Parts: sequence; C-alpha cells; structure tokens
Amino acid sequence: MSLAKKNLIIILLILIVVITPLIIKRNAEFLGADGMAENMITEINPQYTAWFSNIWEPPSGEIESLLFALQAAIGAGFLGYYIGLQKGKNKGNNDRQDKK
Amino acid sequence: MKKNQIALTTSLIFTLILIPRTVYAMHIAEGFLPMKWAGFWTVLAVPFLIISVKKVNNILKDEAPGIKMLLALAGAFIFVLSSLKLPSLTGSCSHATGIGLGAILFGPWPMVLLGTIVLIFQALLLAHGGITTLGANLFAMAIVGSFVAYGLFKLARKVGVPVWASVFVAASVSNFFTYIITAGQLAAAFPGNSGFMASLIKFLSVFAFTQIPLAIVEGLLTVLVFNIIQEYSKNELDELSIISRRQRHEFS
Repeated sequence: MSLAKKNLIIILLILIVVITPLIIKRNAEFLGADGMAENMITEINPQYTAWFSNIWEPPSGEIESLLFALQAAIGAGFLGYYIGLQKGKNKGNNDRQDKK
Repeated sequence: MKKNQIALTTSLIFTLILIPRTVYAMHIAEGFLPMKWAGFWTVLAVPFLIISVKKVNNILKDEAPGIKMLLALAGAFIFVLSSLKLPSLTGSCSHATGIGLGAILFGPWPMVLLGTIVLIFQALLLAHGGITTLGANLFAMAIVGSFVAYGLFKLARKVGVPVWASVFVAASVSNFFTYIITAGQLAAAFPGNSGFMASLIKFLSVFAFTQIPLAIVEGLLTVLVFNIIQEYSKNELDELSIISRRQRHEFS
C-alpha cells in the first residue's frame, strides 16, 4: 500500500474517533477546564485551597486560544517544513541516480 | 446477590459513559498539589531532567544534521499534539501528549527535556498545568510516558509485531499511562477519608474512560507521522538503528 493510501485510512479513522463523541453526546458541554480540578479535589478534601496560582493567565478565552493556536502553528509549521525538506531531498537523490 | 452486583457494575459503567460530566483529564493545575507532594515529584523528576539535558546535548554535539532535525521534529510533534484538545465519549475534552513518537525514535531520555519545554510553555503562557505541579506533570507525561512508549515498542518488535502496530500500541498506551499516573498522583495527595485506593478509583473512573478514545487518536497520529518518516527519512532511521536493514526489507 502506498504511503498516501495508508495515511488516508489513518486520517479517516482519526476523524471517526473524534467526530463520534460530538454526534453521540450532542448535549454534552465538552469542557476540559483545569478549573474543574477544584471540584473533584474539594469534594474529597473540602479544606484544601490552592496555595499557588498561575504567575500569568491569559486575560480572555480569545487570548488563550491565540496562544494555543500559536503553539500548534509552531509545531505544525516545523512538521510541514521537515516533511517537505525530506521529500525534496529524496526526490533530488532519485533524480540524480536516474541520470547516472 | 451476584445478579445485583452485575447489574450495579453495568449501570455504573453506563453512567460513566453516558452521563455528560466535566473532566479535567489534563495536567494537574497550578497549586493543586499540596506543597509536600509538589516537592516530592519535583525532586523525583530533576535527576531525569539532568540526564536528559546531557543526552540532548550529546545529540546536538555529535550527531549528523539529519538526526538533529529529527529530534526537532519529535519536539514539534509534542507541541502540536499537546495543543489538540479533543472531544471524548464521556462528553468532555482531554488532550494528546505526543511523547510516544520521540521516545520510539530516540529512546526515553531526550523526551524528558522536550516534554519539560512544552509543559513550561503551557504553564507560563496558557495557565495550563503549573510551575508548582511541573514535577508531577513531568513525571507523568515525559518520564513515565516516554519509558512506557519506548519499552512497549521494543517489546512489541521483539515478539514480532509489525512496525506500525508497535508504534500504535506504544504511543496509545503511553498516553493512557500518563493519565493513570496523574490519577495516582492526585489520589496519593488527596486520599480523603476512605484512603488511597478509594480515591484512586474515583480519579481513575473519571480519567480512564475519557482517555481511551484520545489514546487511540494519539496512537493513530503517531503512526501517521511515523509512516512519513519511514518513507522519507530512511537514512536517519538507519542511523538511529530503530529499524535494522533486515527489518526494513520486510516492510518495504
């Protein structure tokens, strides 16, 4: 199987696993907030209070998503660069061999 | 009596899956480990980090540019995956770790430093995780996560599992283990009145179900990128002796 075919199947599988919860649990909130740690912990230990808070917090959800997007963009940018570079290198090598 | 128990267990499992609930299956938030435990995990993580810095330095000093690029790729992969908050069947979100890929390629040690960089980025800029809980989160994600991934990959290859399946198992179980350790860390810090085990079950029941689909996605994404590396970076892989010449012939 070619690389493209293999990875197409994998991408489809990923989409299925990611989209299924959104369809099955239409009414769920899909929160994942760190703040919810408070609930579970105070449920077990009502006296506990956080003794240190974040040095800096994104002032709004928009800024937070900006920084998350930035994080993903930095990573994805390099991934794309690397794959393109390697693919080009391979092609260059093959072309050279063909000429010989 | 037995019937009742079975009914109870089944309904419990159903409740866990079907009732929407908020889960914080991510890194432990800032200030949410008592000082004693924060200190404990930090002290435990530091030696790993020191060894990791040395290993990464060696790679940067001695290895060919191609290998350094591959290490940067492993870091970039952690960046992308740990920013992807994905929905899970429990109706809440959690995220991937991305540790598995690098651990499979480079062994567990260099991943500790790469994981630290990402955790610090998220703790300082995103108020996600924290400095006081860095040691604990580091231990769960970058230390246990990478050793599990590396160990499982080696084991799976040894017993003849195909490369792609070994990568999948290593990465997804590593993701799952990270959250089991996190649950254990929280249970140890907050045993409540009923003790560590009861607390652990409480934390695990929340973490485990949410994490299963995400562990699968993490495994799939890791195989995806690994396939690309296998196709275009054969020389680097040979150099890393991840895939010996003989094995490569089997799979090409």
